[in-house]
Amino acid sequence: MTTTTAPASTTDAAPGTPAGPAMPGKSGRPALPARSFWLHTERYALLIAWLAVIVVFSIALPNTFFTLGNLQNVLGSQAVLLILALGLLFPLTAGEFDLSVASTLSMSSMTVAVLNAQFGLPLLPSLAAALVVGLAVGLINGVLVVVFKIDSFIVTLGSATVMLGLVQWMSNSSSVTGIDSALVQATVGFRGILGMPLQFFYGLVAAAIILVILTSTPIGRRLLFVGRGRQVAELSGLNVNRLRIGAFVGSGLVASIAGIVYAGSLGGADPSSGQSFLLPAFAACYLGATAIVPGRFNAVGTFIAVFFLFTGVVGLQMLGAQSFVQQLFYGGALIVAVALSQAIRRQSAKAPK
Amino acid sequence: MIPSTSTPSERTHQALAPLLTIENLSKTFGGLTALSHVDLDVFPGQIHGLLGENGSGKSTLIKILSGFYTPDAGARAFLRGAPITLPIAPGYFRQLGISFVHQDLGLVPELSVVENLRISSIVAGRGPLINWKKEQAKAAETFARFGLNIDPRETVDRLGDTDRALIAILRAVSELGDHRSLLVLDEPTVFLPKEDTDLLFRVVKELVADGGMSALLVSHDMTEVLEHTDRVTVLRAGEVQAHLNTADTTDDQLVQLIVGRTLRPTKQSTPNSPDTHHAGAVARVDDLVTGHVDGLSFDVAAGEIVGLTGLAGSGFEDALAGIYGAAETTGQLTVRGTRTSLADASPRASLKAGIVYVPADRKTQGGVGELTVEQNVTLPVIGKFRSWFGLNAAGLSRRADEIAESYDIRPRNPGALFSTLSGGNQQKAVLGKWLQDDPQLILLQEPTQGVDIGARSIIFDLLRATAAGGVPIICASSDYDQLAAVCDRVIVLAHGRPHAELTGADLTHEAIAASVITSLTETPALLKESVS
Repeated sequence: MTTTTAPASTTDAAPGTPAGPAMPGKSGRPALPARSFWLHTERYALLIAWLAVIVVFSIALPNTFFTLGNLQNVLGSQAVLLILALGLLFPLTAGEFDLSVASTLSMSSMTVAVLNAQFGLPLLPSLAAALVVGLAVGLINGVLVVVFKIDSFIVTLGSATVMLGLVQWMSNSSSVTGIDSALVQATVGFRGILGMPLQFFYGLVAAAIILVILTSTPIGRRLLFVGRGRQVAELSGLNVNRLRIGAFVGSGLVASIAGIVYAGSLGGADPSSGQSFLLPAFAACYLGATAIVPGRFNAVGTFIAVFFLFTGVVGLQMLGAQSFVQQLFYGGALIVAVALSQAIRRQSAKAPK
Repeated sequence: MIPSTSTPSERTHQALAPLLTIENLSKTFGGLTALSHVDLDVFPGQIHGLLGENGSGKSTLIKILSGFYTPDAGARAFLRGAPITLPIAPGYFRQLGISFVHQDLGLVPELSVVENLRISSIVAGRGPLINWKKEQAKAAETFARFGLNIDPRETVDRLGDTDRALIAILRAVSELGDHRSLLVLDEPTVFLPKEDTDLLFRVVKELVADGGMSALLVSHDMTEVLEHTDRVTVLRAGEVQAHLNTADTTDDQLVQLIVGRTLRPTKQSTPNSPDTHHAGAVARVDDLVTGHVDGLSFDVAAGEIVGLTGLAGSGFEDALAGIYGAAETTGQLTVRGTRTSLADASPRASLKAGIVYVPADRKTQGGVGELTVEQNVTLPVIGKFRSWFGLNAAGLSRRADEIAESYDIRPRNPGALFSTLSGGNQQKAVLGKWLQDDPQLILLQEPTQGVDIGARSIIFDLLRATAAGGVPIICASSDYDQLAAVCDRVIVLAHGRPHAELTGADLTHEAIAASVITSLTETPALLKESVS
């Protein structure tokens, strides 16, 4: 069928490289005019938007918003959401949903609280148990999705609800307090460095680790292919099923770490408040996917998105908005982010054709 | 809706006048001629065959009828003597009373038979509530009239291929209501066994006989056309070779018209005979059963390129994915003395053993368009590029540069998105992706589909150079020029089994085409001739 496609080849080639007798191609990377400028703007648009939001609120609220205390508050309080969102990057990159991360977080924090505060188990074994919970949840999700070929959306919607029930059972539907103060100290108590709680640095470290895993390891690259071209990945000899299960185990484990940090920041656990992290985590991932590496879920973009969103919420609340503005903001951001990502994907898919 | 014009009195009159007339129909794409001054008369009540090999212009003609393509100026068309405005506006074919059944049938497998039959009215959203009870009864009545045993409530995915094809045909006709003129059958039978094609054509004949309409059957398969049509038009390279009454036509005559010159295979050995066990064979496939392949054994010598071809549905398209372990398979594969059961094969295990499969579909199987050329070509070897930190980025980029250089991928920019490359360059990248790691056996599926001529000859050179290095290559393709250009031997499949094997002087486009189009005749005419 060369008849219909032959004409296309001449238009496809980049400038300077016609299909016919060619100039030696070594001359380097052909310029992609206009597009690369747009791409650069696109790349840093979220960062610029964040800075703009900061500037606007600083001008509007010089005495409350533009203060060191508020900076510490904004940066220091989002570790749980940041870590949770970062873990979500694994399944999203692999083309799967994990709606159970917030429930895993609740279950992990409740496990720490119940074992440590109620059963008197020392802190470290309690934390280890919480991590095991996260791993187990991820493994179960992954196996259900892969082995029974159930849509991940459905599997994790179900497992999230099951866990919610388990958490209520474990806690007798009430808050559990009295976790070892060492955990509190290790997350929000100690503020030695720059006056920031330690949990801020945990978020930073988590972002760095996940950044490296996703961009600079064979696993990250393989997950990307599993998400973007499952058939290509299979035919390229990747163990697609193991990678998919691994992605769920990753998000489960990271969600349980977020749960531990959450337990530390509260000094206890309550059976329901963890749910409120689910939507912001997705919003941060999708919004992050419009930045830095547009069109791809990425750690740096997610990092920026978490703080961009929270900055907006804090500023609006300082301006006198009521607390429901948070819901409006996060929900709206998710939709806007997905719409933007779609536009970016469409644009990069059509490219210079 | 134009009111029906087929009153009985008119119908007798129309038996003399053609139902559809096409005059001077040409179509050029850029500088390439797909159709050249085609004339065609289809008479009422007849099944009219349109025969020709790939690229002969059959699908272009069909796509002009459906309004997908605009013909070149100067063409005329008439339906029952009344001129049709060309180009036919998209979708207007329904007003003309023309309906199409394509090879993919266009059924929704998860829906029931009766829902599929009513799909167009559901999509169009016209009419009041659908009375499903009544629709079911109507469908059941239709099936009974044609002696078919199909339950209208069954979901389509539980039906066999033949029932599906029948439903698609019945639907195409019923969608026309009372205003019926032409049923276009675009190879709806390629996956059906012989007995079932007979049943299907019996239904088509009855529909045509009592509906005052005609059928235009597009086919590669000479036998089917000879058995089931009243008249036949042969196209070659966009030109009409002949309009014939099928009853006065012989196999040989048709083969010559389709293929062109009367070049005949000088000898066709029957595969699986002892002489196919070549000395120095390094790869051997035994008793392969997968997809439409039903028992195929052959071997490949070091440095040999073996082609697999046949009509659509003959199994040649399925064999390689089976050998690679990407589809359910039984049989054995022996590569350099190591015998493995294909039932346990997987792409992963195959790659470990040095068996690579280059899929035909670059967009969904070969590469990921949204990722870069470098990311795509280095995927199979990514585990070998590690550093203390993670990936050895410099090594990967060097490897991608090497591949871009040696496979002449343009632009020479491995950082470009895969989707921005032309088809030919995508294919070169996909070849580079697979051939970089010293494969022991190369499986190529349609390696130059949709590739421009320049890239095509580069790919041919690459394949011959790779084979010259001693690697056995199997190439499945329906592109006879390509098979003639690169293969040392071509196996023609029919009904999932080897039908003929061509070598040496018989490796020409014409000989391969002749062998393929006669592959479903019970006793291959050419084979018979060459034996005597």
